[in-house]
Formats: sequence, C-alpha cells, structure tokens
Amino acid sequence: MALITYREAIKQALAEEIERDENVVIMGEEVAQYNGAYKVTEGLWDKYGDKRLVDTPISEAAFSGLAIGASALGIRPVVELMFMSFSYVAIDQLFNNASFCRYMSGGLMNVPIVVRGPANGGTNVGATHSHTPENMVANHPGLKVVCPSNAYDAKGLMKTAIRDNDPVFVMENTLLYGEKWEVPEEEYTIDLGVANVLKEGSDVTIVSHGRCAMISLSAAKILKEKHGIDAEVVDLRSIRPLDEETILNSVKKTNRAVLVEENKPFCGVDAQISHMIQYKAFDYLDAPIHRVSAVDAPQIYAKDLENWQIPNEERIIESVLKCVS
Amino acid sequence: MATLIDMPKLSDTMTVGTLVKWLKNEGDAVANGDMIAEVETDKATMEVECFDDGVLIKQYCKEGQEVPVGGAIAAVGEKGEEAPEVDNSDAGGDAEDEKKEDDGGDEKEAGKDDEAKSSAKESKPDEDKVKGASDKKSDDTPAEVPAPATTDDGERIKASPVARKIAAEKGIDLATLKGSGPGGRILKEDVLNAEPAPAAAEGGGSGAGKAAAAEPAKPVATLEELDLPVSNMRKSIAKALVSSKSNAPHFYLQIEVDGAPLAALRKELNAKLAELPKEHGGTKFTVNDLTLKAAAEAVRRVPAINRSWEGDTIKQHANVHLAFGVAIDDGLVTPVIRAAETKGLREIGAEAKVLIKKARDKKLAPDEMSGSTLTVTNLGMFGISDFYGIINPNNAAILSIGATIKKPVVNENDEIVIGQTMKIGLSGDHRTIDGAVGAQYLQALKEILETPALMLV
Repeated sequence: MALITYREAIKQALAEEIERDENVVIMGEEVAQYNGAYKVTEGLWDKYGDKRLVDTPISEAAFSGLAIGASALGIRPVVELMFMSFSYVAIDQLFNNASFCRYMSGGLMNVPIVVRGPANGGTNVGATHSHTPENMVANHPGLKVVCPSNAYDAKGLMKTAIRDNDPVFVMENTLLYGEKWEVPEEEYTIDLGVANVLKEGSDVTIVSHGRCAMISLSAAKILKEKHGIDAEVVDLRSIRPLDEETILNSVKKTNRAVLVEENKPFCGVDAQISHMIQYKAFDYLDAPIHRVSAVDAPQIYAKDLENWQIPNEERIIESVLKCVS
Repeated sequence: MATLIDMPKLSDTMTVGTLVKWLKNEGDAVANGDMIAEVETDKATMEVECFDDGVLIKQYCKEGQEVPVGGAIAAVGEKGEEAPEVDNSDAGGDAEDEKKEDDGGDEKEAGKDDEAKSSAKESKPDEDKVKGASDKKSDDTPAEVPAPATTDDGERIKASPVARKIAAEKGIDLATLKGSGPGGRILKEDVLNAEPAPAAAEGGGSGAGKAAAAEPAKPVATLEELDLPVSNMRKSIAKALVSSKSNAPHFYLQIEVDGAPLAALRKELNAKLAELPKEHGGTKFTVNDLTLKAAAEAVRRVPAINRSWEGDTIKQHANVHLAFGVAIDDGLVTPVIRAAETKGLREIGAEAKVLIKKARDKKLAPDEMSGSTLTVTNLGMFGISDFYGIINPNNAAILSIGATIKKPVVNENDEIVIGQTMKIGLSGDHRTIDGAVGAQYLQALKEILETPALMLV
C-alpha cells in the first residue's frame, strides 16, 4: 500500500472515475487550467482536457444549476466549490432543486451530481469561508452527506458518491489535504451509511466524523494512557445516510456517549444523533450524552482564538472525563 | 412518613402477581414481620411481609386484582396520615408485558404507557407529549422508559437509565442503593455491586393455621357453562408444557413390572415400623416413596437418563434432582428432592411428605420447584394403569407410574396365576437421549422394583 495524501486520494478517485465513465465531468472555479484552488485536480486537465474538466466563472448558482441540468441529460457532474461555504451562494439550485428533483418529478428525474470541496475552519480564513455545513445539507431530504476523515475513506467514499444516482455532498476537510495515510493500489469503494469503528473500547463511545474523528482517536489514545479510560471511537463517514446501528451497538456496550463535531452546537448533527441515542437506547445510558462542538459564534479570524473555537484533544478529554465520572 | 409496600418479585418468571387475600385491613396496626397479604404468583401463593411498624393506611388494590412486580399494593404509616397517590390502573398483566417485549410497538401506545406510569409519582411536563408527537415523524423504535423511582419521602431517586433497567430486572430497590455518580446518581456499577433484595416471604413456618387460603373446590350441583379465569399457575403450566411438547420430540416406552415384591416390602416395612418405638419407627412409606427411591437408584446404573437439553450442549448432571408431580387445586406442581440418589428411603419419604404438604398449601418456595433433572408422575391412586406424561422442560425423561393391579400372569412354570403388575411409562426427549437409553433405564428400574432389597445396596 502506498502512503498518499488525502488530496492525492481524492484526485485518484476523480481520475479513476473519469477513466471508468465517459459521463463523469468535473466543473468549478479554476479546476482545469489552474489545477484547482487546493490542487485536488492538479494534472487532470492536462490529461483529460476541456471536455472533462470545465472552468467556470465565479458563479456558484449558475454552474450548480448547469450541473443539475446536465445531470438530467445523463452527465454525471462533479462540482467543485472552492469552499463548501460557497454552497450558500447556490442555495436555490442545490437545496431547492437538486434535493427535490427526484421527488418533485415523481421519480422521473434523478440528479447524479457530486458537490465537493473543502469545508470546516482552522485555516484562518474568516467567518464566511469556514462553514461546516453538513447539518444544513443533511436537513434537506434527498441530499446525501459524506465526511471522510482520512485518505483511504476519501477515495473509497468519493467513488461511491460519483456512482450514486442522487446528489451527494462530499465535505473535504481543508486541514487534512496534506496529511498522509495508507491507501491500497487496487480499486475499492466504501458504501455510504456504514460507520467505521476506528478504535474499540469499553468505557465510553466517542462518535465523530471528518477531521474530528482523527482528533477523537488521538484523544482516545491519551485517555487510555493517562487516565486508563478505554474509549471506543466511531467515525460516521457519512452523515446521511446515518449508520444508527453501529452507534447504538457501541453505546449499548459502553453505556456512555460523547459526540464530537466541528459544527456549531445549535441544531448540529450531534443534536440529531444525541436525540437518536436517547430515543432508541435510553435504557442503556449511564450518564447524560455529552457533546463537543465548535464554540457557538461566527468563525473567529484570529488564529489562536479559532484553534480554541473548534474541538481539540483537550476539550474532548475534558468532556469524556465528565461523562465517565 | 408513609412507606409503600410493593408487589414483590417472588420468582424469576414473575411479572405480575394477583392479590389473593388481604390479611390486614386498612386501619390495622402492623409490625415488622407481619404478613399483610397473600399473593398468587405464576407458581404458588405466598405471603407478603411488612418491614415497618405502623398502621396500614391504604390498600391500593382489591382482592383478585393483578399488580405488576414493583407496583405499590399498600402504604404503611402513622395513624391518620394521608396515603400517597398511586395509580395501578396500568396493571395490564401479560398483555402489557408482551407489548413491551415487542419494542417496535406503536408509539401512541408507548406514549400512553409512559404517561400512566409517571403519573404515579411525578407529573411530567407537557413538553414530553409535544416531543412524543414530533418524534412520530422521524423515529420508529423508541426505547422503553422505566417508571421513575422515588424514595420513601417521595423524592426522585437519581439513577441512570441503564441502572434503572438492571435494577428492575434484578428486583433491586433503587432506594436501598447509594449512587457513586455525580450528585449521587446511581450508576450501572452500583446496581451490579448490590445484592438482590431478599424474597419478601418464605413459605411454611408459623403460618400453618392460615395456610389453606383456598377452600376445597365445591362440587358443582348442576352442569353449567362457565368461563373460568386463567390463573397465573395455569398460564405457567400451559406455557411450560406447550414449550416442552413443541420443542422436545417425545418418544414413549413402557415396561411391566411385577409389583408383588414392592407391595410385600412396603407391607412388611410399615408393619414393623408401626411396632417400633416412635423414635425409630413412626413413619409409613407410600408406593410413591418407594418408586422415587428406585427411580433415583436406577439413575446410578444408567446416568445418561439424567441429562438436560441446553441448546448447544447436553448437560449430564452429577446429582439426581428428582421432581415429582403433586396435583393441587387448579393445577399441578413438581417439587424437587435434591440429590435424591444420595438419600435413603427414610429421608426421601420424609422430604416428599413435607413437600406435598407445602404444595397443597401453595407454600412451595420457587427454589423448591426448580432445577429438576428427572421427573416422576404417578396416577396410580386414580386407578390409571398406563399413561405417558409430558416431559418437564429440559429434563431428558419423565416416568409415569401406573396403578398396581391384580391380573392373570404366566409364571416361571408356565402356569396362569394371579399376579400384581405395575406399568411404568417413560416419555423421552429424543434430542437428548435415544430409545435405547430409555429402555436400559426402564430395565434397571424394573430390576430394582422387583428386587427392592437392591435399594439397600
């Protein structure tokens, strides 16, 4: 297995899907000639040309609508948003049209598009570029939301997302692009809606996704070494569909849950999961469900303050200690 | 401060008890140790003991009413004190339990259930109803919500849901525990560390006089159509036997035994024992005592008969825990003589006598009628010469002892003479044993019964 970056894994997934299916087209701002704002599509234009990689104007609403229209004619567009925060600009196309097309056409029209790009904070780019919009997207029936936490998942999930016949949002984490993981050479896909138990444990279940899953994993290691607490870490991989079974099985085993995400706490993904756990596993709980989210304020620009705003190992450990006390 | 007396959990399978009879009325003074009521479980009728001194200020149920385990049946307090409000109206018995086991139940129903329960001690805020309504749209399988527990003085006990669940399963009163969690919350570990509460009442003892709760069945003068209520015991018998007959593939064997030697031995023994001074004699053996002894003895020769079907394994037991059927009003119980193969005839006879008395008084404790490895049933006293019982669940076999009757038999000299014969049937569980094992066992039993001196060996 090769040790490759998260960025490279996504690029491999895109390239392999372009090769596999002639209908797969990548579109977005600077995805082609400039090789992508975050270099995810680096080299693809050189190799596959204008027909497969389409540079668009700065017009998220327009090219998202173009992708939806193209998908109705059999194209499978992968739309790159320079920041997932810019999905808000295309809100009518993505959340009014893409999500409801299948429903409102009585099943006659499906929208096999992937909307992908960097999300989350921690890069000191201010409030309007640092959204963690998985809760907002997941709130729309008809949209699927995927949040890979590592290169292996990023590649496997991206391929599944491209092959899916409904709109799928892939939330890539900006801070993970340069990190490396082992990824096999041979082709593989990862089903949506199947969570991954990153670490087994018996004392408490930490449920997380995206980069926070990796932070949770390292917090779990510290908890084990310093505090003797054996935490189980569940990486959701996809928010919608949500793998309730894996979460419930883990909580039934450990009787305690700490939910970690970079979302703002109010109406967050964790709020949904927290409700689900208490509703379906109430009798198995031995403590209230704890949540570690971003501090509830517009994303802070100042570096030190932003690092304090989003979850880190210390805050997870503190929360787990409270939960198991 | 008033104390609630709850329906005790008197056996593993008990989920609901019927209050058969009040032994103390409202206003009566009660003291620690007094029996206040008789309760019929699925297996027996037992007395409920009071652990407080004071006055029985309130009975929460009528005689004949079913109350779920843990539901309040009475309150004890000071004279003139007002009893706490308790709502036992959701005492739905088995139907409710079945509904709860099916955890994919209708949410409307589940919501109603929660409300009824919580109204016992706490008024729940309205948001719960609102939440329940909104949940209907999204989720389909809610967790069950245990009833909130309270202390004697009505304060809510802080306990985690899983702690409540385990406490309810084990019959542990949360009020007796100290919580180690934040704010004194009782946690799973606290419940697991706690010893289960002792059973509230024990059969027998001083209650001999008031023991016979149920009067002997009156003969019905004319035939009439009756819709009889199904008692807990009937339900329990029905469940156990349906399970046995539908799960265990029964096979049947029968052997005819010369009953003369056993009858002669019994006559001789009883005559001699009657002559002896009381400390040495003073007892009489029944045919049942002798067959029980012989049945246990024969297991020594064919231990394979003494097995249990355990699903993945078959357990061959190291002792013969010999159950025997005792017909009682409205049912049948099977008390157990433990390690019968280690006991002499006198011990078996004495133990059987005590157990039969307890059975008839419905005072058998749950552990006196569980854990059998082999069962003997006898309908000889009714003149039944041959029959086959249904296997006691998980035993490998049941012996059915018929009446000893006089009939013509062919003796060694090929002459037809008057003989005394006894037919013994064996129903075997073919999952556990095969016909040959049953046959060998009956052969051994026949030899012992026909040469009863072998029981001395």
